[in-house]
Amino acid sequence: MMKAGREAFVSGVVLAVASALAQPAAAQEPIKLGELNSYKTFASFLEPYRKGWQLALEEVNAAGGVLGRKLEIVSRDDNGNPGDAVRVAEELLSREKVHLLMGTFASNVGLAVADLAKQRKILFLAAEPLTDKIVWENGNRYTFRLRPSTWMQTAMLIPDAARLKKKRWAIVYPNYEYGQSATRAFKELLKKAQPDVEFVAEQATPLGKIDAGPVAQALADAKPDAIFSSLFAGDLARFVREGNTRGLFKEREVLNLLGGEPEYLDPLKDESPEGWYVTGYPWYGIETPEHRKFLAAYQTRWNDYPRAGSVVGYATVMSAAAAIAKAGSLDSEKLVEAMKDLRVGTPFGNIVFRALDHQSTLGAYVGRTGVKDGKGVMTSWTYSDGARFLPPDAEVRKLRPAE
Amino acid sequence: MSSLVAQFLNGLAGASTLFLVAAGLSLIFGVTRTVNFAHGSLYMIGIYAAYTFIGLFGVTPLGFWAGVVASALAVGALGALVEIALLRRIYGSPELFQLLATFALTLVLKDFALWLWGAEDLLGPRAPGLHGSVVILGSPFPEYDLVLIAIGPAVLGALWLLLYRTRWGRLVRAATQDRDMVAALGVNQKWLFTGVFALGAALAGLGGALEIPREPAQLSLDISAISDAFVVVVVGGMGSLPGAFLAALLIGEIKALCIGIGLSKLTLVVEFVVMAIVLVLRPQGLLGKPWETLRAAAQVEPPLCAPSRAMSIAALVAIAALAMLPLVTQGYALVLAIDIFVFALFAASLHFILGPGGMVSFGHAAYLGLGAYGAGLLLARAGWPMEAALAAAPLAAAAGAALFGWFCVRLSGVYLAMLTLAFAQIAWSIAYQWDSFTGGSNGLVGVWPASWLASRPAFYLLTLALCSGGVWLLRRALFSPFGYALRAGRDSPLRAGAVGIDVQHIQWAAFAASGAFAGLAGGLFAFSKGSISPDSTLAVSRSIDALVMVLLGGVQTLTGPLVGAAVFTWLQDAIARNTDYWRALLGAAILAIVLAFPQGIVGALRARFGAKEEAA
Repeated sequence: MMKAGREAFVSGVVLAVASALAQPAAAQEPIKLGELNSYKTFASFLEPYRKGWQLALEEVNAAGGVLGRKLEIVSRDDNGNPGDAVRVAEELLSREKVHLLMGTFASNVGLAVADLAKQRKILFLAAEPLTDKIVWENGNRYTFRLRPSTWMQTAMLIPDAARLKKKRWAIVYPNYEYGQSATRAFKELLKKAQPDVEFVAEQATPLGKIDAGPVAQALADAKPDAIFSSLFAGDLARFVREGNTRGLFKEREVLNLLGGEPEYLDPLKDESPEGWYVTGYPWYGIETPEHRKFLAAYQTRWNDYPRAGSVVGYATVMSAAAAIAKAGSLDSEKLVEAMKDLRVGTPFGNIVFRALDHQSTLGAYVGRTGVKDGKGVMTSWTYSDGARFLPPDAEVRKLRPAE
Repeated sequence: MSSLVAQFLNGLAGASTLFLVAAGLSLIFGVTRTVNFAHGSLYMIGIYAAYTFIGLFGVTPLGFWAGVVASALAVGALGALVEIALLRRIYGSPELFQLLATFALTLVLKDFALWLWGAEDLLGPRAPGLHGSVVILGSPFPEYDLVLIAIGPAVLGALWLLLYRTRWGRLVRAATQDRDMVAALGVNQKWLFTGVFALGAALAGLGGALEIPREPAQLSLDISAISDAFVVVVVGGMGSLPGAFLAALLIGEIKALCIGIGLSKLTLVVEFVVMAIVLVLRPQGLLGKPWETLRAAAQVEPPLCAPSRAMSIAALVAIAALAMLPLVTQGYALVLAIDIFVFALFAASLHFILGPGGMVSFGHAAYLGLGAYGAGLLLARAGWPMEAALAAAPLAAAAGAALFGWFCVRLSGVYLAMLTLAFAQIAWSIAYQWDSFTGGSNGLVGVWPASWLASRPAFYLLTLALCSGGVWLLRRALFSPFGYALRAGRDSPLRAGAVGIDVQHIQWAAFAASGAFAGLAGGLFAFSKGSISPDSTLAVSRSIDALVMVLLGGVQTLTGPLVGAAVFTWLQDAIARNTDYWRALLGAAILAIVLAFPQGIVGALRARFGAKEEAA
């Protein structure tokens, strides 16, 4: 009796200890990912962006997470300037102990965080920064970028520009790196496609503070046949208003980079320009199965329609999850290797993160604008796959610094 | 030729709204001597309010103009509320303190606008009946712009009538000339100030509301509006309404003409270039009076005493304790501490000329940036080793400070402050556009410390050593004959001159020294982040941060800037993590500190605990 009792006691203890040890194995710690962005500074783009990545996070976790663990995203505001962004990134790395970094919006912030990622040897998934430099001149092993760059999106507009066969072009751009690069790329690519093109006017406007009246006047005075603009947000709205009032766009073709994105087109409402060639996101009309699924999920979850930022946020988290799944581990070097040639499903279809320059092949919808029911929309569009609008590999290899 | 005339008309239209906002600011400063930093936020709320009111009243001629007037009145009421609840309590504080309070107010108002109207840009309707354009000299010119051109002089005329033909206006003018006398004569000064502030706010609101047919309401309008308004007010002369009108015309025209003749890249900074030229040639603005000062000469401060032995030992103990920090943690606390030390040195360098020197600088970030860019460019472009580049940073900044300072010390008061801002903006715009050399708006990356300093504890100790050394040197300078001469020049330039002190040369040297230490802070900042960009080093917001840190800690004490820098940096870090509307929370925290400690944190501690902190 005593022996049986002792046996029962010992087996009971063993069972208790075994179950206590088994608990942590079943309820594992979530995988922490770090996200930083300028939510206060660029609220109109990044609120939908946040909704996009939160939706993706929920979907990934509902399907069981990655490597058997749930994902957790620690998100911080980087205050819109590189100094604070670096500090916030350091906080995510040293205090929150995240396994990778994602996000950023402005190009200077993206470049600064990319360099920090190189220094600290941690994977950085740049979501939105458009500067070509982040994967070319300043590219490094640890940084990958999702959005099609300034060069790529300008290149997507060139076929339409060349088809117009206009001789005199005027260019207006916001006076910082994005506008300067877009202008440079446009002039270079159009000259190649149409050697007799003439650039009759160039207006560099202070970012966010365009003097739309004088600028519209100066452009009109140059008598161009067509205009290439890389203005966006408030500058675009002011330019459209003034241009419409002064008849600047009458009998002139206009190309506007990013003009078809809902963030920039929606505020214009019935004032939206008609017949402009733009890159954008016509969420209301994309019939692909991936996008229909995304649209339904987003509308159910947020009771609002997605913007371009939503797709970027969603795709970023999906890419991160896919990278972790492919790597099978959270070690930075393995994650970086997994990101190369990684295929990810996004609302725009499948994309690949090129091993050559760490740029994803996410594309954009290129089409023409119009007004429908008092709102600005894209009336016709085609999807331009990012893979087709990149320079030849040899050129890219020359631009990227040796690893 | 006709296109130039057309551009001239375009410039006029822009000048009108510029004048409205600037007029309010000028009026407020003239009477209450408050530099109303929140004026741009009032403009922004004006345009948002117009969007809402016109939406409510309908897009009819009556509805539109009623909406514009309603917004102006609403913003005026908001201004009155702000004045009664906040500014009245701090009129007795050193004048710069109101700057701090209104800065905190901008943070709160911006988040308020975000909460009320959301993040999206809101494009309002066109003015009914004024949709189209008339053809003038062959170019279409918007009809609404013609109305705007008329409104500017009309408001100027109305204000003139108000100020020169009504009793209230006479009181306002009297208060502009001699506040205390007006109070002594039995005028209710409180309500006079409230009235003026409300009128100024209403003008800003009107300026914003009138812009609704031309641009969307967005959250970034406050910064651009206040910057433009400041420039116009200073160029025209603080407190002068005709001056503001003239300056608005001048700047509006120059911008339009730059665009017209193909110099559009210059528009990034042309208003600051104009301001710099005007201030150098005519130190009190176009139509201003020479006696506008930011620090009342009558306000005598207790003299700074040399630190007692107890203080020195306490400081050494504190530094030793900080040096032990890497033994406790190697993580984020060190990163935050490095930031705090860098900004403490930066704030201390600003305090050197602001407190003991009596020279307010709105553009101190220029020297932070010159130091950072100096070090970064020498490392990245010239291939210098990091140690040499860091050593060169203060020299680069001192050179810049010597150059800018030569012009700045010839001015005083708010004009000096604005000239420093003009130089800072010019430096910013050069760095921002010179893509091939400075990296343009993207800046430079790859600016990392040498390998023996790359580990966090090593860099932390380097920063601690250099920053405490810098602060110690600044203190030593203050108690040297040079420092005494500097303070003499601040307290009474006339007597100092009579005794044989060359006040201007001393101030110039102080400016250069202050720039050197700011440059050292900049070099450390660059290496701590690994990258430099114009927005994190040279931008106006960085200069404002420095001012806020100094004012928060207290201008009259030497540890004030250090404490202010620590509190501000820590607050920003702690609050940003915890809530969505962290900007409003930061603003509210600063407002609470301002209301509770009108002499700054350290100043209040010293007043409370008396002789305990002798020179701190």
